[in-house]
Amino acid sequence: MMEQIILVVWTLVKIVAIVLPLIVVVAYLTYAERRVIGFMQGRMGPNRVGIFGFKLWGLGQPFADTFKLLLKEIIFPANANKFLFLMAPVITLATAFAAWAVVPFSDGLVLADINAGLVYILAMTSLGVYGVIIAGWASNSKYAILGALRSAAQIVSYEIAMGFALVGVLIAAGSLNLTEIVHSQSGGLFSWFFIPLFPLFVIYFISGVAETNRAPFDVAEGESEIVAGFHVEYSGAAFALFFLGEYANMIMISALTAIMFMGGWYSPISGESWIAQPSILWFFVKTGFFLLLYLWFRATFPRYRYDQIMRLGWKIFIPITIAWIMVVAVLKVYHIGPWFS
Amino acid sequence: MSEIKNYTINFGPQHPAAHGVLRLILEMDGEVIVHADPHVGLLHRGTEKLAESKPFNHSIGYMDRLDYVSMMCNEHGYVRSIEKLLNIEAPIRAQYIRTMFDEITRILNHLMWIGTHGLDLGAMTLFLYAFREREYLMDCYEAVSGARMHATYYRPGGVYRDLPDTMPKHAESKWTKGKTLKELNSWREGSLLDFIEHFTDYFPERVAEYNTLLTDNRIWKQRTVGIGVVSPERALQLGFTGPMLRGSGIAWDLRKNQTYAAYDKVDFDVPIGVNGDCYDRYLIRMEEMIQSNRIIKQCVKWLKENPGPVMLDDYKVVPPTRDAMKNDMESLIHHFKLFTEGYTVPKGEAYAPIEAPKGEFGVYLVADDSNKPFRMKIRAPGFAHISAMNEMVKGSMLADVVSVIGTMDIVFGEIDR
Repeated sequence: MMEQIILVVWTLVKIVAIVLPLIVVVAYLTYAERRVIGFMQGRMGPNRVGIFGFKLWGLGQPFADTFKLLLKEIIFPANANKFLFLMAPVITLATAFAAWAVVPFSDGLVLADINAGLVYILAMTSLGVYGVIIAGWASNSKYAILGALRSAAQIVSYEIAMGFALVGVLIAAGSLNLTEIVHSQSGGLFSWFFIPLFPLFVIYFISGVAETNRAPFDVAEGESEIVAGFHVEYSGAAFALFFLGEYANMIMISALTAIMFMGGWYSPISGESWIAQPSILWFFVKTGFFLLLYLWFRATFPRYRYDQIMRLGWKIFIPITIAWIMVVAVLKVYHIGPWFS
Repeated sequence: MSEIKNYTINFGPQHPAAHGVLRLILEMDGEVIVHADPHVGLLHRGTEKLAESKPFNHSIGYMDRLDYVSMMCNEHGYVRSIEKLLNIEAPIRAQYIRTMFDEITRILNHLMWIGTHGLDLGAMTLFLYAFREREYLMDCYEAVSGARMHATYYRPGGVYRDLPDTMPKHAESKWTKGKTLKELNSWREGSLLDFIEHFTDYFPERVAEYNTLLTDNRIWKQRTVGIGVVSPERALQLGFTGPMLRGSGIAWDLRKNQTYAAYDKVDFDVPIGVNGDCYDRYLIRMEEMIQSNRIIKQCVKWLKENPGPVMLDDYKVVPPTRDAMKNDMESLIHHFKLFTEGYTVPKGEAYAPIEAPKGEFGVYLVADDSNKPFRMKIRAPGFAHISAMNEMVKGSMLADVVSVIGTMDIVFGEIDR
């Protein structure tokens, strides 16, 4: 009995230890986004809000934003289903956070080291679409329902390409366990999966961008077409939850790309120095790099049209992934080098 | 089984892509537009009626506020109609100044257009790049007229005053000092013409930058190629002008076909489209910026070499100099008459269009021997373009509506007047 209580408490502590830093990282990701895109666009970005009177290049901005959103009224649209209206952001956020349970930050540093980790992550990210659909439907607004429909179709389509890309990783690593996947990439830069699985790596990350509804695949919120899409009617804390969920998912996709294709916590440098050792630092560096790509895309690309996204997903990505799975399978079964010998 | 029917969606007037106050009633079949019904009038200020109660010169400022991103071109259209009625012509230096500022205005307008068009299609960065360049041109406006947007610089018989010999400089502040300040002011050491010359040297590189971001971008092409296609015949029937007409492949530019100001004395090309889609119109406007830059360069060269009067020497229309007014009885009378009741315009009617950035802009004036127009009718290019909205978006997707609005380069100031 006592052991069980200790286990539960210990697990709760670990959950808090993951979620709290995650929320802080999300907050500072919004800051980083505005700063990075600001510099790309030849302007300053937020640099005014400081902490306790110190300016600190605007580092207080995320807190100011958070308090502003939390203190605002949540407006319910007329004839909206209040229960579902409030449930939708909760679903989005819950699934986005739950997926983090199986992410290994470093060797052994993982909340739930389950063998079906990859499948669990797919399940969790797929569930996120319910938040979007319910939000769009419960808002009782035409713009919102259009955004929800677009988003549902898009996420379902890209889920397939993403799934196939993961099958490639699964074949290459021979395991669904994320820690095992990283272990199978040990041995320096050239053992990482992004080289033998390069097409899958690219498609996985692009699908990830589409999955999280980020530019240039942000038709679900399509600022200039359907205003803000599924969350057009949301304000205050409810909107903040969507925001949190979206950014948590971005970090999630970046982390997964780092784990599955870029060798997780392994160092690209070999040698004896501390920087060459596998460490959580490298995991963060790789995740940060993919997050930067997210921001870079947003500053560079125009937005796709809804049907063009569908075409890209079904007619280009899915065939390529299937073809490459075949290639990987053949390489793996017949032990053809240099990666699968 | 329930009946499936189309639904209507209210696109604007409060909508990020509505370019002001466009209100579209869209009848949609899923994502596909079945019918688009543009509504106008939300920015109606009664400019035409207002002008009837004011002496001619008082309405020049209203022209700035019609198409508020191509200010001096509107003034030019109005001023030219008055000049036609009065049967006067501005001195050659004034003509060159007008040509130069019309082209500066064209670049201003096209920069605004590329910024908002890009923003509508999700290319956010371009918007800020375009506004960075607009700043310099706004400074030119400010140097010459004192106002950054609503200049009121053109007058019947010339322009209000000659180009200034100095440019205002950035003052030293906490943020701009030392080297930064020197760099900021490096263009501003000489006259306005030197400043503009610096700009013309700098600007083509910037256009190349925009081209890098968009022209060969696959997504940009997917969003614009084959969208909003207008055939040449239909473009003529719909009353299209400017880049909208030239995009369909019709070589019609008032600067060439019914030349005015100093356009016959400068060298420039008129780009023509082939397919009549959004992408062609995009390319045309990008090229027009380069051509405008070329014209400005030639004007600067001419203006540097040829000083002279910028205003007509006819005190029935043009106020006398301050000095003359103080010393000369007749000039004082002229001054008094001009600033109390203005000049009278002989009976008649006139229409003298110009090639504004958006198309043919003209003011049709009916005068009745008084100091106010009897009737004024503004021909705004945007109105004819927006009338084709339904035709251009029918059968395409919701996202294409945004492309088409962008390609029309709609500004509601001129459409609603």
